[in-house]
Amino acid sequence: MSATGAGVEDVLLRCRAEGRVALIGYLPVGYPSVEGSVAAMRVLVEAGCDIVEVGLAYSDPVIDGPVNQDAMAAALEAGVRVDDAFDAVAAVREAGATPVVMSYWNLVLHRGVERFAADLAAAGGAGLITPDLVPDEADDWVAASDRHGLDRIFLVAPSSTPERLARVTAACRGFVYAASTMGVTGARSSVDGDARGLVERVRAVSDIPVCIGLGVSTREQAAEIAGYADGVIVGSALVRTLGGDGELDERLESLRTLTTALAQGVREGHR
Amino acid sequence: MSEVPAPDEDTDLVPQELPRPGRFGDFGGRYVPEALVPALEQLDEARQKAAVDPEFTDELARLHATYTGRPSILTEVPRFAAHCGGARVVLKREDLNHTGSHKINNVLAQALITKRMGKTRVIAETGAGQHGVATATAAALMGLDCTVYMGKVDTERQALNVARMKILGAEVVAVEHGSATLKDAINEALRDWVTNVGTTHYVIGTVTGPHPFPEMVRDFHAVIGEEARAQVLELTGRLPDAVVACVGGGSNAMGIFHRFVEDEGVRLVGVEAGGEGIESGRHAARFASASPGVLHGAMSYLMQDTDGQTVESHSISAGLDYPSVGPEHSYLRDIGRAEYRYATDDQVMEAFSLLCRTEGIIPALESAHALAGAVELGRELGPEALLLVNLSGRGDKDMHTAAAYFGLVDEDAR
Repeated sequence: MSATGAGVEDVLLRCRAEGRVALIGYLPVGYPSVEGSVAAMRVLVEAGCDIVEVGLAYSDPVIDGPVNQDAMAAALEAGVRVDDAFDAVAAVREAGATPVVMSYWNLVLHRGVERFAADLAAAGGAGLITPDLVPDEADDWVAASDRHGLDRIFLVAPSSTPERLARVTAACRGFVYAASTMGVTGARSSVDGDARGLVERVRAVSDIPVCIGLGVSTREQAAEIAGYADGVIVGSALVRTLGGDGELDERLESLRTLTTALAQGVREGHR
Repeated sequence: MSEVPAPDEDTDLVPQELPRPGRFGDFGGRYVPEALVPALEQLDEARQKAAVDPEFTDELARLHATYTGRPSILTEVPRFAAHCGGARVVLKREDLNHTGSHKINNVLAQALITKRMGKTRVIAETGAGQHGVATATAAALMGLDCTVYMGKVDTERQALNVARMKILGAEVVAVEHGSATLKDAINEALRDWVTNVGTTHYVIGTVTGPHPFPEMVRDFHAVIGEEARAQVLELTGRLPDAVVACVGGGSNAMGIFHRFVEDEGVRLVGVEAGGEGIESGRHAARFASASPGVLHGAMSYLMQDTDGQTVESHSISAGLDYPSVGPEHSYLRDIGRAEYRYATDDQVMEAFSLLCRTEGIIPALESAHALAGAVELGRELGPEALLLVNLSGRGDKDMHTAAAYFGLVDEDAR
């Protein structure tokens, strides 16, 4: 439990007690505008997201597919700043969900790892997901996150060896982010191929909760993953919906509809 | 035919032990998605085994002697040197290698390692097209599938090289995201690699990227400095006062610098792309303006804004148009062993023209940065000085840019 509200582990335990898994939604701050993205994150919370991944737009997002790349580029074009993320984190916390930030490493490094951690904790953030930082390079972040009581969410992938799974999960706190397939973010018709096996391999080396991301876009997929993981992470499907045609209000309603369906999905999984 | 000694266990092909693996002081490292870590570990193991395996070293030496055209010659350029304060100037002629630049040294070695790892496909990024052409060439030679990522802006200014790669059987993907130049081509290549890492090796073309690339690519280019040092000694009876090379990512520079690092009396001078001048903001002179940061897997000097977003670079030469630099250069600079200056587009075009007209050698625009640096350095050091300049590539690919710059294109005649 962080100083300002439920931590990631509290949320996952609560979900487990309710006989379901957690729904984790990702959106980048600043898309389509800072205000628009914060409004969209509130919709995610209202429609059933337990944890919101507040994404930082980055100039060189190497594990993001076209949908997230374009959204990040648009956000940067519109002038989004790293500072805006902390306001979004506070808004998510106020709306009643647990916020974590997802950021490529250079943005954290450039702000200063200690300062970033302090600002994140002060805004009510529960932790940080680092898609291009492996534990081997994370000494500063491990120390700063310990000082500020923040969760550390590293990634594992289908290519991870048992040794790497052990090393990465040992460094994680909160949950481990399991990439469902080899590749970049973006909706896929099927995510089950590698994901189930990866979760089993993680469970063989660690007790840490496992949340599945990359490629999830439908209620059916969410329900399927809920059968074997601890959380379902949805990103680009939400971003694409938010970026659709029509006025922002209409798009927010579409986002609400999709999120509601996904929230039903995580309640339909059978272990 | 010239004799090329097979590298043995004493040469620099054997990776050196670093205090921290993959680190040059604080620079370098491995800032990558976890999905790539197993492939990087596999690559590190494969290249270390290869470095001491005669099956690999003999084959690479054979290819360099019979295919690349090594050793590359040394050419003294007195008529050019007359414009360099009278200093003596010798060029290491990497432009005469097969495919027209130093890039083939690294690519042949990585292609051999690709096969040793049992992979069947290579991908590469390219800016000017030199590395893309070299990779497409090695893939054709060794029967590997090949995809080259190139920024859309670069496919337009280097159209001839796009055609060369396609003729060699490679697929060329024009990258339209971001600034549509070299850095975006690397982003796209990394995305491909994360997706296809089981079958695919990413042939990074310079001394950047996650460990072990900066070290490995340097070692594959170290043959440049090995040869040049012996050739200069034979020609002049002494070591040069300075070794000069252009620096984008910095592979040709590390290749020629490496053997001279222990020669304390030899200045190592890297020349970056000054573009339209530092004050214009349109340049790629990282050491003149940048601070340490992480891009494409390595910690190094990086052009970035106050949030840490990458700032777009600019250069008249696509091959130097990159906002970061190989981490070992950052290290050599910070410990004071190497020094870095820059040449603006205009200075570069002047040096380019000068070498063409005084010596009958058309250099790549990238290499013309080193020549501009030599003009400046020669004037500083005077007639007693001996300069070794790495002529990393030939300028055929740059005719369109040069013709436009000098107003040689008769639009009506087209």
